[in-house]
Amino acid sequence: MPDQLLKSRPSRWTLRYLALSYVAVLVVLPVGMVFWRTVQQGWRAFVDALTSSESVHAFQLTAVVAGSAVLINTVFGVGVAILLARYRFPGKRVLNLIIDLPVSVSPIVVGFALILVFGFRTGWFGPTLRDAGINIIFAPPGMILATCFVALPLVVREVLPVLQETGVDQEQAARSLGASSWQRFVRITLPTIKWALAYGVVLSVARSIGEFGAVKVVSGNVSGQTQTVTLLVDQHAEQFENGAYQLSVVLIVVAALCIVAISFIRPHEGS
Amino acid sequence: MGIAAQHIYKRFGDFVALDDVNLDVRSGELTALLGPSGGGKSTLLRIIGGLEDADSGSVIIDGVEATGVPAQRRNVGFVFQHYAAFKHLSVYRNVSFGLEIRKRSKAEIRNRVHELLELVHLDQFADRLPSQLSGGQRQRMALARALAVEPKVLLLDEPFGALDAKVRKELRDWLRRLHDEVHVTTVFVTHDQEEALEVSDSLVVINHGRIEQVGSPNELYDHPVNDFVMGFLGPVTELNGQLVRPHDIEVLSTDLTGSVQAKVHRLVRIGFEVRAELDAGDSQPWVQLTRGQADALELETGSVVWLRPSRDASTLVPQAGPPGAAAVNRTTVGP
Amino acid sequence: MSQAVAERPVRRPPRPGRPADQFRMSPLSSAGLGVAVLWLSILVLLPLAAVVAKGTGSGWAGFANAFTDSRAYDAIKLTVLASLGVSIANAVMGTVIAWVLVRDSFPGKRILEIVIDLPFALPTIVAGLVLLTLYGPNSAVAPDWQGTRPGIIVALLFVTLPFVVRTVEPVLLSLETDVEEAAASLGAGPFTTFRRIVLPAITPAVLSGSALAFGRAMGEYGSVVLISGQLEHKTEVASLYIYKQIQDDALPEAAATATVLLIISLLVMAAMGAGQYWSARRA
Repeated sequence: MPDQLLKSRPSRWTLRYLALSYVAVLVVLPVGMVFWRTVQQGWRAFVDALTSSESVHAFQLTAVVAGSAVLINTVFGVGVAILLARYRFPGKRVLNLIIDLPVSVSPIVVGFALILVFGFRTGWFGPTLRDAGINIIFAPPGMILATCFVALPLVVREVLPVLQETGVDQEQAARSLGASSWQRFVRITLPTIKWALAYGVVLSVARSIGEFGAVKVVSGNVSGQTQTVTLLVDQHAEQFENGAYQLSVVLIVVAALCIVAISFIRPHEGS
Repeated sequence: MGIAAQHIYKRFGDFVALDDVNLDVRSGELTALLGPSGGGKSTLLRIIGGLEDADSGSVIIDGVEATGVPAQRRNVGFVFQHYAAFKHLSVYRNVSFGLEIRKRSKAEIRNRVHELLELVHLDQFADRLPSQLSGGQRQRMALARALAVEPKVLLLDEPFGALDAKVRKELRDWLRRLHDEVHVTTVFVTHDQEEALEVSDSLVVINHGRIEQVGSPNELYDHPVNDFVMGFLGPVTELNGQLVRPHDIEVLSTDLTGSVQAKVHRLVRIGFEVRAELDAGDSQPWVQLTRGQADALELETGSVVWLRPSRDASTLVPQAGPPGAAAVNRTTVGP
Repeated sequence: MSQAVAERPVRRPPRPGRPADQFRMSPLSSAGLGVAVLWLSILVLLPLAAVVAKGTGSGWAGFANAFTDSRAYDAIKLTVLASLGVSIANAVMGTVIAWVLVRDSFPGKRILEIVIDLPFALPTIVAGLVLLTLYGPNSAVAPDWQGTRPGIIVALLFVTLPFVVRTVEPVLLSLETDVEEAAASLGAGPFTTFRRIVLPAITPAVLSGSALAFGRAMGEYGSVVLISGQLEHKTEVASLYIYKQIQDDALPEAAATATVLLIISLLVMAAMGAGQYWSARRA
């Protein structure tokens, strides 16, 4: 591509190596260092770190919490995207704004806010829920809520533009051909938003597995009980225990896989 | 039988789209709803199809009360301006969609779809995706899809509006022939008067949410009830205080009864046709002539001639004020 | 994530007389809306309201604590200044990286694309550990920045890396190079062309990317918790301070600072909304 600035060789090289060295110093070297440390400590330490009972439990809990949050956010996200794209109702602009709110709230504040409402000692609903035998804070439900909160807009924001772009013609054609609203959703809407939905789900998976601050506040961080993988990494790192590098490598690989998945999905979007 | 829409009233916010509209469509006919955009014709079609609800009024399809029946149970075929092709489905699956919804057997679906694809000349494209078809092919597929479910009525919303001029003309002829074959009651919306005149059995002119006139294409062209219909269906010019079609004006070299003196102001040749713009004192009419006529009269800029409406010309005295009249330009109205 | 917020399409005004693409509520959609609003209230609105209520519960005096208590004040001041610095650094480096990604070509560009997204997908605590490994006491390669402000800055730069890159990239892609060629043919040098032609076109995207980065940096916790050393008055950012207050059961103090953070993020969102409205009107 002809570019005036890049035609001159010195400025082109300056920009390229400025960008590359910035990214190298900030991301590549630190990440590489973690891999190096893991390799240094050997295969044995790697297997031990992943198979310890607290690790296994942490992986299971992360799967449950992230899985539930992704499921809830996917259903919610598709539903809200359809409402925003297809219907007229009062307060629509406000709803649209609230969806984006979680992006700009600190994870610590998210966790804190949930404690203030659901905490069993002083929360608004906490004591009532406790009397009913429902534990939210310091338990998986609270961790799922926190994860839902931080990943809330991801599916909506991917699906909504596709629905707006597509318009209602195909759905109306299906309607005139006798399709019920459920048939229209399954046969027309879902195939239309398929790639955007996949994109949003992958983003949500990455965000949900990786959530740390909000989950740390609401979970109580009890080893072997309410400890997700990210919380376990934190514990290992702060206590100078073994295992932090090994678990981090696994999480880095998962994150990289998510990005690769996204780079495969992206070209299909909007086609 | 056919379709009856009675006392249909519909508004969008402050905008009145349909104002007490009554429409009867005879069974088996091809009816055109003609009018300028924003006039309410599409809204009327969508109300008949159940895609839009009227604020008041009723729709009767084939003698059955359809008001309040959702679109998916009206059994109407609907064809959209932008095809509304199911982008993720093959041509075959697009056409079979309605039959699958109706849970017809595989064999029946296969036979019916191939029969229809043959009818619309798309049999060899059955496995293609809509994105691999031209605009005209997509619209033929959409027609086959709508016909597949054997609808009681077929509704087409500006079906050729998104196509280029040549394809539009071809599809127009093809639609006429198709209708002669299948004879399903058909209503189509258009803002192109030539299309409406050429294709339809019956014509409904709609403007500002009201029906201006209903009749056969010839009736409407020859006997428009007002300036608007006259102006919308073809070129109009004003001669001696009367509206008249420019090809209905006799150009004379001598002063005969009922004629007005005029001076040729400009001559434009468009192929075999000659347009003469004249100055007749208080009006500036224009006249449409063949080249032969113009040559016989030896017309030139500055020639003095006499003009009068030909014997069987339809003329109209322009009304002052009503909404329809606003669309008629005082001197020349062309398509 | 950043794109999702930054590229919200501008809705077309409804055309009169033409059937809109939006319908009146049906019983099913009304029920759906009810469930969605209830869920949002339980999940987002009530909890955030609880924070504000707690923060202002003991009146203005309690809220003012966030400014008068020197530890809270230092935490907020550090957070705001560090976030501002990081946003400015991102505005420059993000634009450079986006430029290189769009206009330059070299082997390994696809890998750079993936590396840019890594900070989005990486758990923040892993980001923190990764940075501590290189910029911590056991590095032996880089300086030890644990417990220093440069450590905080590096962590914030890491997690905010993609924001400006990913908002500027699509704008640069859509920019026709023939405009730049026209400017060059009129005698403009490459830097004049950049300043007069390219910069005005990408400024809205740079600003909204920087605003997103600012918002993210203001609330960041996971990536700074390890490298900061959590030194009061020195490296304790607002979210670290709030977390400690919660641990010490000082809920009103935590809530007051959290409210300040919430107000700042709302202001950033409002500024972004206004900025988008403004640039959409100019376009």
